[in-house]
Amino acid sequence: MDKTHDNRAWFMVLPVFVLVAFSAVLPLMTVVNYAFNDTFGSNVFFWVGIEWFDDMLHSERMWGALKRQLIFSAVILAIEVPLGIAVAMCMPKRGVWASLCLVLVALPLLIPWNVVGTIWQVFARIDIGLLGYTLGQMGIDFNLGQNAAAAWVTVVVMDVWHWTSLIVLLSYAGLQSIPQAYYQAGRIDQASRWAVFRFIELPKLKGVLLIAILLRFMDSFMIYTEPFVVTGGGPGSTTTFLSIDLVKMALGQFDLGPAAAFSIMYFLVILLVSWAFYTVMVNLDREDMPK
Amino acid sequence: MSALSDTTAPRTRARRKTANGNGARSAVARGGMILYLLFLLVPIYWLMNMSFKPNPEILGAMTLWPQNPTLANYANIFNDPTWYMGYVHSLTYVVLNTAISVTVALPAAYAFSRYSFTGDKHLFFWLLTNRMAPPAVFALPFFQLYSSIGLFDTHIAVALAHCLFNVPLAVWILEGFMRGVPREIDETAFIDGYSWGRFFTRIFMPLISSGIGVAAFFCFMFSWVDLLLSRTLTSVNVKTIGVAMTRTSSATGLDYGTLAAAGVLTIIPGALVIWFVRNYIAKGFALGRV
Repeated sequence: MDKTHDNRAWFMVLPVFVLVAFSAVLPLMTVVNYAFNDTFGSNVFFWVGIEWFDDMLHSERMWGALKRQLIFSAVILAIEVPLGIAVAMCMPKRGVWASLCLVLVALPLLIPWNVVGTIWQVFARIDIGLLGYTLGQMGIDFNLGQNAAAAWVTVVVMDVWHWTSLIVLLSYAGLQSIPQAYYQAGRIDQASRWAVFRFIELPKLKGVLLIAILLRFMDSFMIYTEPFVVTGGGPGSTTTFLSIDLVKMALGQFDLGPAAAFSIMYFLVILLVSWAFYTVMVNLDREDMPK
Repeated sequence: MSALSDTTAPRTRARRKTANGNGARSAVARGGMILYLLFLLVPIYWLMNMSFKPNPEILGAMTLWPQNPTLANYANIFNDPTWYMGYVHSLTYVVLNTAISVTVALPAAYAFSRYSFTGDKHLFFWLLTNRMAPPAVFALPFFQLYSSIGLFDTHIAVALAHCLFNVPLAVWILEGFMRGVPREIDETAFIDGYSWGRFFTRIFMPLISSGIGVAAFFCFMFSWVDLLLSRTLTSVNVKTIGVAMTRTSSATGLDYGTLAAAGVLTIIPGALVIWFVRNYIAKGFALGRV
C-alpha cells in the first residue's frame, strides 16, 4: 500500500514520542552518567572514563551470567518453538472447543510473574509439591535448594509452561490464515502430512514465527522475576541470569558504576539482536506483499 | 488478509473430507491437546488445592484434594486491608496505564499506517527497542527519576513507567489492525466533509474496535504481570499485590495457604479479561499482522 508522504503526521506521533522519551531517554541518560563516573556519595561525581566497562569486561561474574543466560535462552527456544507449533496444529479449528482451548492456553500468560514463580516453587518442593514429591517417591534426588540440575530443570520447565502458549497462539493465528486452496492443491498432489507441513504450513508461518522467536528471545533474555522467586539465583549462582545479577549489583550492593556499565552492555546486546531480527522481518514483509 | 480470498463452499467440502479421512490423526491431535492442557492446568490446580487447605494439612500430608476444605485462607485476605488493598492498588495503576497507552497509541498508529514521514522507520524501530529493554536496566534510574519529581510511591508513577513497554506494543498491534482497513474509507469520509477528529472517532475507531480491544488487553496483561518495576516504584502508600505477597509470606513464617489463595485471586482478573477478547486473541498475539 502506497503511503502519502506528509510530515504533519509527526503531530500524531508526538504524544507517543514525548511519553516514551520521558520514560526511556531520561533514565537511560542517568545510566550513562553512572557508567562513566564514580562517586563517594553525596552526589559528588568524578569522571572515570571507561574504567567500569573495562572492569565488567574482565569480570568472571558477568561472563558467567551471560553464558548461563545464552544457554537458557537457547534451551527454551529449542523446546518451546517446536512444541508450540505442534500444539497449535492439535488445536481444534472452530466451535466452542476452540474458544475454550484458546482461553485455557492463554491462561499462563496472564498470571503475574511472581505468582508463576510461587506456583512452581511450591509445585517443585519435595515435601508439599506434587512434582517434587512424585519425583522423590520415584527415588530421584530433586532438591531445588541444593541440586543445580534440579534448579535448572525447574526453571526451564517453568518457562516452557509459562511461555509456550505465546508460540501456540501465534502459530495458531498463522495456521488459521492459510487459505484452504493450498491444502486442496496439496491433496491433489497427494502430498504426505509432512510435505504439507514442510512446503505449505511452514513457509506461511514464517512471518509469525519470526515475531514469536524474537519476542521469546527478548523476554527470556530479560527474565527476572520467575527464577528469582523459584531459586533466588541459586544454588550458588547456578541460575543467576543477567537481570538477576544486575539487580543484585545495582539495588542490593549499590555498585552503581559497574551496574550501569553492565546495563549498557546488556542493552546493546539486545539492541543488536533486535535490529538483526527487525531487518529480516521488514525484508520478509516486503517480499510477502508486492501488491 | 489472504483468508478473504477464500470462499465458503470449498471450505465446507474440505472439512467434510478431513473429518472422514483422518479419524486416527484427529484422535492423536485431540490426545496431544489434552496432554498439553493437563500440563498447563496441573500446577494451577495444585495452587488452588493448597488455597482450600488449612496450613497443617498443607505441611503435614500429601493429599491430592483438600480433606477438610476451608475458606479461611480467602477470609484472611478479605479481612486484611494490606491484602485486599494490594489488589485495588495494582488494578488502579493497570487501568491507568491501559487508558494512557491506548489513547496516545491510537493517533500514532494511524500516522504509521497511513503516512510516510521523515524518520518514520527509525522512530518505529526506536519504539520497539523500548519494548525490548530489560526492566532491570531501568529499575534504578526510574526510582531516581520519579523520586526527583515527587511521583515516587504513586499510582501514576507505575502507570507511566509501564508505558515504556506498553506504548510501543500498543502502537505495534494497532498499526497491524489499521493496515487492514482500506484507505478508500478515509478518503470517502474526507470528501463527505468529515473533519479528521470526527472521522477518527465516529468512523475509524468503530472499524478497528477489535484491534483496540486486543491492544487494551495486552497493555492490561503486561502491566498486570510486572512485579519488578511496580515493586521498585512503590513503598508505603501504594502497596501492590506483588509486594503484599512477598512481604506477608516471609513475615508470618511462610503462610502457604494464604499465599496460595492470594495467587489464585491474581489469576481471576486475567481470566475474566481474556474471555472478552477470546475471538480476537489469536490475531492479537500475532500483533495484527498474520
